[in-house]
Amino acid sequence: MSQSYGMPVAAPHTTTTNSPTRIMSLVMLALAPATIYGFWLYGWPAIFLWVITIASAMLGEAFSLRLMNRHAAPILLDGSAILTGWLLAVSLPPWAPWWIGAFGGFFATMLGKQAFGGLGQNLFNPAMVARVALLISFPVQMTAWVAPLPLFSVGAPGILDGLLIILKGVPPALDAVTSATTLGFGKTELSRGITLLESMQHAPALSFIGSRPGSLGETAAWLILAGGVALMFLRIISWHIPLAMLAGIAIPAAILHAVDPARYLDMGSHLLSGGAMLGAFFIATDYVTSPNSPRGQLIFGFGCGLFTYIIRTWAGYPEGVAFAVLLMNATTPIIDTYFKPRIYGRDSKGKPLQTTN
Amino acid sequence: MGFLDRFLKTPNWGVHPEDHKRPAADVPLRLFPSPERIFMPLHQHVGGAARPIVMVGQKVLKGQLIAQAQGNISAPIHASVSGTISAVGEVTAPHPSGLPFKAITIDSDGENRWIDSEPLADPFSAAPEEITKRTAAAGVVGLGGATFPAAPKFALGKRLKVTTLIVNGGECEPYLSSDDRIMRDYPEMVIDGARLVMHAIGATQALVGIENNKPEAIAAMRQAAAAFPEIKICPLPALYPMGSDRQLIKVLTGIEVPSDARAAETGVLVHNVSTCAAVHKAIRLGQPLVERIITINGGAIAAPGNLYAPLGTMISDLFAFVGLKEAPSRLILGGPMMGTPLLHDRIPIVKGASGILAFNAAEAFVPEAGPCIRCGNCTKACPMGLLPLEMAARIRVGDLEGAEKFELQDCISCGCCAYVCPSHIPLVQYFSHAKGELTAAERSKLRTEATKRLVEAKTARIEREEREKLEAAARRKAERDAAKAAAAKAATPVAEQTQGASA
Repeated sequence: MSQSYGMPVAAPHTTTTNSPTRIMSLVMLALAPATIYGFWLYGWPAIFLWVITIASAMLGEAFSLRLMNRHAAPILLDGSAILTGWLLAVSLPPWAPWWIGAFGGFFATMLGKQAFGGLGQNLFNPAMVARVALLISFPVQMTAWVAPLPLFSVGAPGILDGLLIILKGVPPALDAVTSATTLGFGKTELSRGITLLESMQHAPALSFIGSRPGSLGETAAWLILAGGVALMFLRIISWHIPLAMLAGIAIPAAILHAVDPARYLDMGSHLLSGGAMLGAFFIATDYVTSPNSPRGQLIFGFGCGLFTYIIRTWAGYPEGVAFAVLLMNATTPIIDTYFKPRIYGRDSKGKPLQTTN
Repeated sequence: MGFLDRFLKTPNWGVHPEDHKRPAADVPLRLFPSPERIFMPLHQHVGGAARPIVMVGQKVLKGQLIAQAQGNISAPIHASVSGTISAVGEVTAPHPSGLPFKAITIDSDGENRWIDSEPLADPFSAAPEEITKRTAAAGVVGLGGATFPAAPKFALGKRLKVTTLIVNGGECEPYLSSDDRIMRDYPEMVIDGARLVMHAIGATQALVGIENNKPEAIAAMRQAAAAFPEIKICPLPALYPMGSDRQLIKVLTGIEVPSDARAAETGVLVHNVSTCAAVHKAIRLGQPLVERIITINGGAIAAPGNLYAPLGTMISDLFAFVGLKEAPSRLILGGPMMGTPLLHDRIPIVKGASGILAFNAAEAFVPEAGPCIRCGNCTKACPMGLLPLEMAARIRVGDLEGAEKFELQDCISCGCCAYVCPSHIPLVQYFSHAKGELTAAERSKLRTEATKRLVEAKTARIEREEREKLEAAARRKAERDAAKAAAAKAATPVAEQTQGASA
């Protein structure tokens, strides 16, 4: 007896076990060590802010999907909203008030992502869109950094105090710990006419292990680096964008610092400060908003780095990763149009190769 | 990245699907007992269908010609069993459409009596054209799946002065092991066939590419080729689609076939190992292509392995032989990466059938497609260097011309992109759809142009005829006038004429 096998489907009849959920989960896993280390450094307020930001990002996504009469659960489960919220959270001042995280989270997924049509459709990195919106709207809160006050250390806020800091603001008693980042301090002092040679002696020490003021994703540069390298080994990201971005920061920094050390910060400070590492490995590498050919990725990454350096050095803001990434996001379609991989049997312009025989 | 890969000498394309070749590949080859009835489709190859030359009720012997080749690119069909022709009618084609096409049905007499054969005594002193002629007469076609008739390819190779024969033992499709089996069990046949092909096309060396996941085949082939220094066995990294001719040529010789050229134009010709064995049989034994090794594999099969079966055997007969553990959830002709889904098992096997896969429910599971996250895995996997995600994004919104600008026509439908896609987007489906639409559009454009040309020609002809009619009428009128004038002149007195002349 013959049996029917239903509708014919196109080959291939087998597929990878990979999925967007797996990719997002691995990225989050790679981001986890730096985040947990940041939790330890900055204590309960940072943990609450992180939770609030991610929850808002997910709520924003769910709300948008409901508006479009779509089921929210399966789409939320792909992990992209969580990752967006997470990336935003680790770029915020760890003790920022709750509404910074909430506003940022909603902004990221609703206006940064769902307004464009959801996953894969947005032109700009949602987390960076939200960060820039926050920075421009609330410059004071977005530049109020605290020195690390590790969990369980003397004077560190407990759960309840931590919650109060996030909900009601930093109490005056703890005000002494607010501080500037290396980049911010250098910039402020320069604007007061004090050269870096003098100011850097009093600057918050730049610590590779993270004992310095900054965001969660900033201070533990080495853990971010380790997470990024792990993603490369897992082939989630390629080396092109991170390396090109770091080069885009390091090369002008090294040259200009050699020319005038009093005016320009050294390469190490640039690479370990702000969102350089986080941006290079976790933000600029966002699939949706970066080019897809290796050459295009090199250009994109280098552009991100170069704009970061330019904004940090000559523009009004001490940190420029978010702006630089958004600027380069806008060039992605152009880069994709002009830098395509060479096709087998064709030259780089797409013309068929000459027959040799 | 390009330079690193070039440094490491590994291709920077392709995918590594789980190969699922064993245990089926290690099971000794089983001879399929002659079926009671076989169905020989008349179109088992690229090109024109064969024309039947037998009548119902006629007795035929195994290997007897039952349908002739028609046209330049075609192949004849021979009886794969001895018996009586019981019908020349329609059966379901081994094609996803499930449409019927013409086949010759033979009721086997169970004796499997071969027709008298005339092997070529000393092929290497015979003219190369003799090999080509006999290969054509034996109905040999490319057995790797493309089923392009072998003989026209030989002639092309000879004409273009091909120097290198590439023998394709890549067999990169998961699950399949029919080429593996032929190399393990009949390496001398393959090597001798390769030498015959070299003689036919005038090649001076042969490179046999075998993926390194088949160590037994590599060892057997090395031993068989030991006496022939012009034949080199080259182990290849196991990487899909290594068996695709353009990729294989690049890996083995470093030559990149221009996108608008055929492989032969670069001095190389690719033939499959099973094709070489078929050439050996056609020349040395005088046997036409009527049987082949076919892999029966998949989770629904009780005893997976390779069968040596007559062409035209119903898939259901093969299943009855190997046994089914459960009702298959999906039936595939060929491998899982490029194979054709079949609607049911009442379909005969053909020359190009390297395997039949019966998938169980778990293997047949297709995850639901999600949105493209632009991860670029498809571009990394594409062996042609195309941008599947960009093409798919355009095809999705109906911009087929936009997709064409990304050289959609260079796509070889290998399925790497769809395989690696984490969102499980059916990219090959998109591309096949677009290619079909574009071809149809091109054809209708040509038809419209042809019609326009005909209409214009007709209008021009009518105008010309009108003009000619008018001219003819005018001419006749002028002639009439002239005649009238002449007549009038003739009637006038001569004096008047002389007067006029003097004036």
